[in-house]
Amino acid sequence: MQTEPLATGHPLADTIARFAWLIPVFPLVGFVLNGLLSLRAAGHPGPADPSAGGHGHDGHHRGTGGTGDGHADHGHDDGHHAARHPAAALVSLIGPGVLALSFAMTLAILYQVWVVDNALREPYVLTLFSWMPAGKLSVDAAFQIDQLSLVMMSIVTGIGTLIHIFSVGYMQDDPGYPRYFAYLNLFIFFMLLLVMGSSYPLMFVGWEGVGLCSYLLIGFWFSDKANADAGKKAFIVNRIGDFGFLVAMFLMFANFGTLTFAGVGEAAMGAQLGGALVTAICLFLFLGATGKSAQIPLFVWLPDAMAGPTPVSALIHAATMVTAGVYLIARSAVLFSMAPVAQLTVAVVGALTAVFAATIGLKQWDIKKVLAYSTVSQLGYMFVGVGVGAYSAGVFHLMTHAFFKALLFLGSGSVIYAMHKAYHATHSHEDAQDMRNMGGLRKHMPVTFVLMWIATLSIAGIPPFSGFFSKDEILASVFARTHGSTLAEAHWLGIPGSVVLYGVYVLGLAAALMTAIYMTRMMLYTFHGPNRTGEKEAAHLKEAPWIMTGPLVVLGVLSAVGGFVNMPALYAGEYSEQLHAWLEPVLAEGTGITLGEEGLHLSHATEWTLIAIAIAIAAIGIAIAWTRLKPEALVAAKDAKAEEGIEKTLLHKWYVDEAYDKTVVKPTLGISRTLLWKGIDTGIIDGLLVNGSALVVRAVGWAGSQLQSGRVGTYAWVLLIGVLSVLSAFSFR
Amino acid sequence: MLAESLALSALLFTIGVVGVLTRRNAIILFMCVELMLNAVNLSFVALSKVHGVGGQVFVIFVMTVAAAEAAVGLAIIIAIFRHRQSVNLEDINLLKG
Repeated sequence: MQTEPLATGHPLADTIARFAWLIPVFPLVGFVLNGLLSLRAAGHPGPADPSAGGHGHDGHHRGTGGTGDGHADHGHDDGHHAARHPAAALVSLIGPGVLALSFAMTLAILYQVWVVDNALREPYVLTLFSWMPAGKLSVDAAFQIDQLSLVMMSIVTGIGTLIHIFSVGYMQDDPGYPRYFAYLNLFIFFMLLLVMGSSYPLMFVGWEGVGLCSYLLIGFWFSDKANADAGKKAFIVNRIGDFGFLVAMFLMFANFGTLTFAGVGEAAMGAQLGGALVTAICLFLFLGATGKSAQIPLFVWLPDAMAGPTPVSALIHAATMVTAGVYLIARSAVLFSMAPVAQLTVAVVGALTAVFAATIGLKQWDIKKVLAYSTVSQLGYMFVGVGVGAYSAGVFHLMTHAFFKALLFLGSGSVIYAMHKAYHATHSHEDAQDMRNMGGLRKHMPVTFVLMWIATLSIAGIPPFSGFFSKDEILASVFARTHGSTLAEAHWLGIPGSVVLYGVYVLGLAAALMTAIYMTRMMLYTFHGPNRTGEKEAAHLKEAPWIMTGPLVVLGVLSAVGGFVNMPALYAGEYSEQLHAWLEPVLAEGTGITLGEEGLHLSHATEWTLIAIAIAIAAIGIAIAWTRLKPEALVAAKDAKAEEGIEKTLLHKWYVDEAYDKTVVKPTLGISRTLLWKGIDTGIIDGLLVNGSALVVRAVGWAGSQLQSGRVGTYAWVLLIGVLSVLSAFSFR
Repeated sequence: MLAESLALSALLFTIGVVGVLTRRNAIILFMCVELMLNAVNLSFVALSKVHGVGGQVFVIFVMTVAAAEAAVGLAIIIAIFRHRQSVNLEDINLLKG
């Protein structure tokens, strides 16, 4: 591999950054090693039968938490620990180890950039080799190191390391342990490719790769058909989005002639503001983002993705992969800023998703489903941020969300782990993920309890926790752009941009209110009130081991203080907007287009008012949930009555899956069956082309075979006629 | 003289062709083929009067080939006869489509 940097003379060229290619290579090596180890069978039915060893902590609940029907093949054999893979100890070293190496490397480069901060105005592009030299198209395998990719790399490797460590505890008894870490390492490799690639095609490779790993990990316990189906659903829905990404790349190449971030950004600067071309490219890119980041209309796969192991939900479906769409838009900042209509689309879709998912989150009983819809909702917030051209605010929320949502998911994983152990010990078949079966866990799991509250206050937007700062900045940015920005002057479906932005702001507040309500509800039902697990079971409820709570503590600290990196200038003085300033070399150009020459400034009074509204909304939400919801009145899932009316609608997620089934899936299957299969495949291809040509050949062959009568006399006659006709042809020519 | 020779040759050739087409006995068929060959030989010799000795050279070749053909052909006919007790072509029709 050629490691000589192309851009010699760059301030990073002679530093450790020239070995940045090692960062994704470490997890790749981990994937290969763990993958080889996973080929060794576990001395047990093996990875194809996860339930055999008492597994599937969270793999067996696909319903909406309605009936708590348990599952028959729960596996209560006493050979529980016999399922542990023989190479488990080695895998526990390799899996998190390679991630720690990558994280250390990332930190080293981060430090370098910090040191040479002012010099790093241009991204450092590390070209490894020429990947696709084809005519006018030439794509290099090159990594781009700049402030934005460093933020993403730190999140991916940092949170990734913590979740790998947590997984050591969570997955230790699974017979597929090495396979799990192989997939997880592979995911990190592709995710790093996604955020480090210096061109859209390389990003797309990572984009597809993380999709593959997501599919593999959702269906990790694939012997349960529902899990395998959830994996397929995620894969197929993502394909729709990928189609948009591909078309956007085709358009870029056809019109700009380049696919590197730098090249496209430059070309976009020369394009017409609000022109049809940039708008089309942006909308297609956004279609890709809606698939990967679970926005309306392609959000349906993410809640189902909870079929995977909980650490996977934390890493892939909350902290990293699903934010790839946000990263994509931030990466294409200039492009989007040149297309205000596309920006407004992004903001509106983001705001609608935020509200819509939050309403569903209000009534879910499965603890992971609540968090899944919360993730969809928070991703909507990020899209509002990047949609209104506040790219650094979107990335800021991406970062804080990675902290507190990873914490929430791992915390719920810890709860599910404890619940599962308790049910396992008493051989019960109750649902370990249904909140109606929990309650009062604060006595049994005090560490998880405190940390989960930190994350809840953070996501609800209570100062000084991290979520408050990022959410507040997004909402303030939306408000600030209602006047004087390119967005306010644009028209979206005939509606003036400023009206649209006010609408987005109100939707954002509504989503914030509901976020506070459903998160408080989740905490109340899980940790407060009386215990509903069952009398025998409650004795077995206890805190998870330190290898699991350790990462939780780190994430708890990050969730609590993570917001201080980007406080508003209003009150933080010289410590304000540090993340914004850090990202400025990458994102300023795009933000500048939206805001104009001088930028926009809200008066201090307005800013204080906005902050007051945001805090009030969060506090009201928590208060509503705290006073209206009575965990004491709740009964265990098996005794619960069925929901009625609007509650039922929310529990069934507004029947979106059913609607998609009727309008998209069924017609597609119908057309496939009647027209494509019966009509075109069986009728035209099989019937006419394949069997038809065979029929023609057979008929000609039959006619020819009739000449072969076996009678020499006939042959002689034919010969004579032939000779005569040839001779006559020569004679009468 | 040339015209008569060629006329005789054509007559012999026609007799050979008609024989091949009408008879069913392999031996007679074989003799008819020989007759056709010799009809051609006759016309070669006759024409060599006009066109030089090349025709006579060719006759030698034809006779050589005919001798070889007779050896092989008769051997095949004997083999068939041993096998099927008949040299009637009506009976020899295994090779058909």
